[in-house]
Amino acid sequence: MMMNDMANVASSTGGGGRRIGEVILDLKNISLRFGGVKALTDISFDIREHEIRSIIGPNGAGKSSMLNVINGVYHPQEGQILFRGEPRQKMEPHMAAAQGIARTFQNIALFKGMTVLDNIMTGRNLKMKCNLFHHALFFGKAQREEIEHRKKVEEVIDFLEIQSIRKTPVGRLPYGLQKRVELARALAAEPTMLLLDEPMAGMNVEEKQDMCRFILDVNDQFGTTIVLIEHDMGVVMDISDRVVVLDYGKKIGDGPPDEVKNNPDVIAAYLGTSH
Amino acid sequence: MLYREAGQFKASYQEDQQIFPIRQDRIGMAVILAFFFLAVPMLASQYWLQAILIPVLIFSLAAIGLNILTGYAGQLSLGSAAFMAVGAFGAYNFILRIDGMPFLVGVLLGGLSAAAVGVAFGLPSLRIKGFYLAVATLAAQFFIVWALVKFPWFSNNSSSGVITAQQIEILGFAFNTPESKYLLTLAIVTVLAFVAKNLVRSTTGRSWMAVRDMDVAAEVIGIRPMRAKLSAFAVSSFYCGVAGALYAYTYLGTVEPEGFSLDLSFRILFMIIIGGVGSIMGSFLGAAFIVLLPIFLNVGMHAVFGSAMPAGMASNLELIIFGGLIIFFLIVEPHGLARLWQLAKDKLRLWPFPH
Repeated sequence: MMMNDMANVASSTGGGGRRIGEVILDLKNISLRFGGVKALTDISFDIREHEIRSIIGPNGAGKSSMLNVINGVYHPQEGQILFRGEPRQKMEPHMAAAQGIARTFQNIALFKGMTVLDNIMTGRNLKMKCNLFHHALFFGKAQREEIEHRKKVEEVIDFLEIQSIRKTPVGRLPYGLQKRVELARALAAEPTMLLLDEPMAGMNVEEKQDMCRFILDVNDQFGTTIVLIEHDMGVVMDISDRVVVLDYGKKIGDGPPDEVKNNPDVIAAYLGTSH
Repeated sequence: MLYREAGQFKASYQEDQQIFPIRQDRIGMAVILAFFFLAVPMLASQYWLQAILIPVLIFSLAAIGLNILTGYAGQLSLGSAAFMAVGAFGAYNFILRIDGMPFLVGVLLGGLSAAAVGVAFGLPSLRIKGFYLAVATLAAQFFIVWALVKFPWFSNNSSSGVITAQQIEILGFAFNTPESKYLLTLAIVTVLAFVAKNLVRSTTGRSWMAVRDMDVAAEVIGIRPMRAKLSAFAVSSFYCGVAGALYAYTYLGTVEPEGFSLDLSFRILFMIIIGGVGSIMGSFLGAAFIVLLPIFLNVGMHAVFGSAMPAGMASNLELIIFGGLIIFFLIVEPHGLARLWQLAKDKLRLWPFPH
């Protein structure tokens, strides 16, 4: 038992004692077209519970489309998606959210007119049961619910170290903090799977280090499965358990970071080859 | 010096979530309410109550309604006056046709009819946005006014759809003086304003604002845009409907469908733009501004020119100054009077020290 745990720790490059579990999401032969444009062609890969799964590839490779397929914004024309072994029927984003899939966006998609606190509170939306009439009265049930969820939100705020900006409208925050608030909003939903679309784009080294630490901590402490799109290869190779490589909507590599790094197709896609 | 929160510590989330978190705001609101509930009915003349304060309150309510839809949920609408008409004619018919219908229940049902109609005309918002939605809500504006004139049943077969509001009576007390009508209007508007404030600071309001600011992200975290948009249309139309019922019952007494024209919709839209989009407070400020400014201009013109200027020229000049002032305000503070109020409060927190 002891040895087994040790082995697991050793095998996970990123964090502490998390155990990589069963396949949670299985994508089979996904093809996605917009009119004549093929965004994704016949892509299959799986995501295991508690792992950090990265998707990399040059610009326009279909990485973000892949995330949009996973959380139901796009509907692939072909292929099948199994979530915990169940095939998915027609999917809307809010259903994905109900299944515990949260995400952040490549271009920050915060609610600009609201404070940090309100933004993060929206992450609790699915867990709140009160209706409009309770809210109209506010006192009583709605207030108790609000306080109960506020406690959870404050935990997330503490976790991401953004206590001081709680009441600030997000529009006034610098870019790096906005990215962090977006992560907070996704975490407030207590997701089982977190999709991160370039969480470190445009950040300086220090902010990147912070973000890496948060991602690893989330993965480690809450056991959240993480699907990461990122262009910083140093980060990807450091923290991922497995990496999928896309190019022109096709999968050209899949495996642990070391294997992918040495895959000739991947090297060709990133660096080009001499013909 | 007086307005600052130094020394007011929040020890629980409940305290932090109060409607007015700063003590001075609470005292200020209590003073304002006491002034309008106690002092104004005693001091103001009948003309002020009936011709100025009651319409300001009613338009504030309609502006809150439109502000919920446009300011909070981000859905443009040009149908507010039509929803007011539904409220007015709805309340009239419920009180007329059901024996012993209490006045307040009638108004409530009028508001609910407006909410139902609002949801129906809000359906296009699920597919279209922005200016295109505004044009779609124009359909509500024209269709409802047309239907109220076309089908005499709505106005109990009166000529050209004119209805005369019944006597207001609550628990045997007849509201027939300007003072009593003013107090009734004020009470209803106050309660509904607090309800609106509660809605916008709770999950409902957050989901409206989320849909307004970034609808894809809202959907991805589990907010259903359909539910958020239609609930905004319902609540907004309910507010407009109640405002319409009060417009008929406590303000004019006699209304016709043509009174609820596109012109009135635009006035309500100007109120929220001037007052502050996305602010309950701003709805009151905007309504007061749009109703009071022409009156002040008129009085001012008379005081300055007396009878030296022909009446027609004076009224045109008033319109010019009115328009000019609106443009001036929009340039100086595009976020409306509510924003000016907010800035003043922020300044006051530090005053008289510069930092």
